[in-house]
Amino acid sequence: MLAALAGLVYSGVKESMVYFYTPTEVREKTDAVRGKALRVGGMVVEGSVRWDPQQVLLTFALTDGQSNVPVRHRGTAPDLFKEGAGAVVEGTWAPEGYLRSSNIMAKHSEEYKAPTQAETLEGKKALFKSLLPGEKR
Amino acid sequence: MISTLGHFVLFLALGLSLYAAAGAVFGARTRREDWRASSRNAVLAQFCLVTLAIFLLEYALITSDFSLRYVANNSTRGSLVRYKIAGLWGSLEGSILLWAWLQSLFSALVVARYGDRHEAVMPYVQAVLQGIAAFFLLVMTFAVNPFTPLVPVPPDGRGLNPLLEVTDMLVHPLLLYLGYVGFSVPFAFAMAALITGRLTDEWLKYTRRWTVIAWLFLTGGIFYGGWWSYRTLGWGGYWAWDPVENASFMPWLTGTAFIHSVMIQERKRMLKVWNLALITLTFALVIFGTFLTRSGILASVHAFADGPVGALFLGFLALVLLFSLGLIAYRADRLKGHGELDSIVSRESAFLLNNVVLIGICFTVFLGTIFPLLTEAIRGTKISVGTPYFNRVSVPLGMALLLLMGIGPLIAWGRASWNNLRRNFVKPILVAAAGTAVVFALGVRQAEALLAFCCSFFVVGTIALEFFQSTRARARATGERLPVAFAALLLKSRRRYGGLIVHLGVVIAIIGIAVSSVYKVEREVTLKPQERLEIGPYTIQFHDLRAGEQPTHVLVWANLSVSKGDRPLADLRPGQRFYPNQQSPFASVDARYHWTEDLYTILSTFERDGSSATIKAMINPMMAWIWIGGVVILLGVLVAVLPERRLAMLSVRVKAQAT
Repeated sequence: MLAALAGLVYSGVKESMVYFYTPTEVREKTDAVRGKALRVGGMVVEGSVRWDPQQVLLTFALTDGQSNVPVRHRGTAPDLFKEGAGAVVEGTWAPEGYLRSSNIMAKHSEEYKAPTQAETLEGKKALFKSLLPGEKR
Repeated sequence: MISTLGHFVLFLALGLSLYAAAGAVFGARTRREDWRASSRNAVLAQFCLVTLAIFLLEYALITSDFSLRYVANNSTRGSLVRYKIAGLWGSLEGSILLWAWLQSLFSALVVARYGDRHEAVMPYVQAVLQGIAAFFLLVMTFAVNPFTPLVPVPPDGRGLNPLLEVTDMLVHPLLLYLGYVGFSVPFAFAMAALITGRLTDEWLKYTRRWTVIAWLFLTGGIFYGGWWSYRTLGWGGYWAWDPVENASFMPWLTGTAFIHSVMIQERKRMLKVWNLALITLTFALVIFGTFLTRSGILASVHAFADGPVGALFLGFLALVLLFSLGLIAYRADRLKGHGELDSIVSRESAFLLNNVVLIGICFTVFLGTIFPLLTEAIRGTKISVGTPYFNRVSVPLGMALLLLMGIGPLIAWGRASWNNLRRNFVKPILVAAAGTAVVFALGVRQAEALLAFCCSFFVVGTIALEFFQSTRARARATGERLPVAFAALLLKSRRRYGGLIVHLGVVIAIIGIAVSSVYKVEREVTLKPQERLEIGPYTIQFHDLRAGEQPTHVLVWANLSVSKGDRPLADLRPGQRFYPNQQSPFASVDARYHWTEDLYTILSTFERDGSSATIKAMINPMMAWIWIGGVVILLGVLVAVLPERRLAMLSVRVKAQAT
C-alpha cells in the first residue's frame, strides 16, 4: 500500500515538476530549460505590455533587473497584473526563444501600499467618460 | 488612549490565562478545590477580558478611530458598517485577536459545561485550552499588537482590499476559525487523558460532539470559500491547490480520519495510540497551516504578512508536537490496544483503510505544498508542483475513498460472512453497473468521469439499500407507515443515519467536482457591438459597453444576451470594478446558474471607447451539485448532533401529524 502511494507521488511529481527560475537563469540555461515546464518570476517591464484583442494575445517582458524574458500569453491578464509590478508566469520555453505562458499569477497583498497621489472616484469616472450615461455620444 | 487600554487588557488576559492554566494544575495536584474553583473563575474572567479587547477594536473600527494603525490599514470612513466590523479579521493582528477570542470562548464553554464535574480530567483540559489561548495572547502582546498606535493620525484609512468587501467576508473566515479552534477541544481532552493516565474511552465520549461540530465548521468554511471564489473571483474555478487552501484541507483530512477511527476504538478498543496521534496531528496541522500562511515562506495568491509571527508559530508547533508525542511515548505501556483485526473483510478493516487513504491524501497534499521548500533545501532551486500533481495523486485516492464510503457502513464488524456481503453489496453493484451504463449511453466516455460515476452509484446504492431495508423492517415490526418509520429511524440512530446523509452529500459534491472539471468548456473572444459568440448550445450576443457610478467604485459592464437555439435565456452583465487608489480593476462576474450547468461570463478587457470587449465564457456542467452536496453534508451533521430533547419534540410532532 505504501509502495503504491509512493509510486503515485513519484509519478505525480515527475509529471508536474515546475522549475522556478529568474529571467537571468533562463537566459543562462537556455538549453536546459527548452521544452520544460517553468515558472519565471520577475517584474513586468514598463512599456512592454502589448495587447492584441483580435488574437486575444498578450505579450510582455519579465525582468529581474539584469535580464529580460519575452512572454506570450493566450488570453487576458489577471486582475492585478500591471507594468512595473511583480508577476509569476507559468509556461514552457518555446524554441523560438520566448516563454509560452499558460498561467500568469500577479502578486497582491492584503494591505496595499499607500498611493503616491490620492485618487478620487471622479478620477476613475473620467477614464470612462464615453461609457457613462448622459455623456454618451 | 484606546491603544494603551487595549494593550493593557491583552496583558491582563495573558496573565489570567497563565494563572488559569497553572492554578488548575496546582489545584489538581494538591487536591484543593478552592484553587480549582479560583482557576475556573479566571477562565471566565479571561474570556470577559478578551471580549472587551474585541469590543475595543470593533469600536475603533466602527467609529473610524485611525489613531490605531490596524484600523487605518483595514478600514475607511466610507465603508459600510458591516465591512468595518469585518475589518477585525481583515489582516493578521485582528485575525489573531479573533482566534484568541474564539479560543477563550470555547475554553469558557467547556469549563462552564464540565468544569465542576470530572475533577480528575477537567483541570488539565482547562490548562491545555488556556495554554493555547495564552500563546495567541503572547503573540499579540509581544509581536503583532492590534492596538499599536499610529502617529500622526491620518485623515482616512486605507480600507479593506475591495476583493474582501463582500458579504462572504462575514461568513467564510468565521467558519474556518470556528473549525480550527473547535479542534483544540478534543485535542485538550486527549492531552488531559494522557497526563492523567485515564486512557479509557472517556475522552472520546465527551469530545464526540465537539469534534463533529468543529468538523462541520471546517467543512462549511472550505465549501463556502470555494463558492465565494467561484462566484466572485472571476476565474471560473473554486479550488486552486493554493498553499492557503491546502492549509485548511490538511486538518480537514486528518479530522475526518479521526471521526472515523474513534468508532473503531469505541467498538473494538483498538487504535488508542492512533486516535491520540490523529487528533494531535489535526491540531498541529491547524497551527502549521497558520505558520505557512502567516510566515510568507511560500508564495501564494492569498495574503501574507512577514515578520516574527512565522517563527513564533513554528516554535509553538514544535512545542505542541514535542509535548504531545512525548506524552504518548510516556504512556506507551498503558496504550496497548485490546483487540486485533479478526479479518481483512470487516468493517474495522474498511475503516482502517479509510484512515490510510485519508492520511495518504493528507501526506501527498503536504508534500506538494512544501515541495518548493524541500527542493530548495536539497538542491538549491525552488521546484514547485502545481495543480497537475495534486489532481493526479488525489483523484485515484479520492476514488478509493469513495468506494470505502460505500463498503464501510454496511460491512459487518469482526468478520463479514458471505451472506452479509451478498445481502449488502449485490444490489449496489447492480445499481452501479446499471447507472454507469446509463451515463455511458448518455455520452459520458471519459474514463475518470465514468469511474467517478460508477463509484458514486455504488455508494448511493448502499445508502439507499440501508435506508430502505431498515425502514421496511421497522415498519413491519411496529406497523407504522413507511414515512413515519423512516423519520423514527432517523431519530433513533441519528449518528449512523446522519453519517450516511453526510456520505450522500460527499457523493453529490464529488459528482459535481468530477463532471465540472472534466466537461468544462471555455472560450475567450473579442467582440464588437452586436457580434456573437457561440459556446456549446448557447449564443451570446454582445450589445454594448456601459459605465456607471457606484457608491465606492465605477463599474464598467457589457450588456450580453444569451439564447439557446431560438429561445432567449437570460441577460448577463459581466463587468469590471474600478476603485479609487487601485490601479487594477476587479472582476464582476455574471452567470446563469442552473442545477444542470452554469453559463459563466467574464469581461476580460475592453476598449475605453466602447468599440470592442473581450468576453470569456465558460460552461461549467453540474457545478451546482458541489454546493448542493455541501448543504446535504450540513443537514447530515445536524441530524447527527442535534440535542436529543429538540428531536424528541420534533418526533412527537411528526407522530401527531401522522395520526
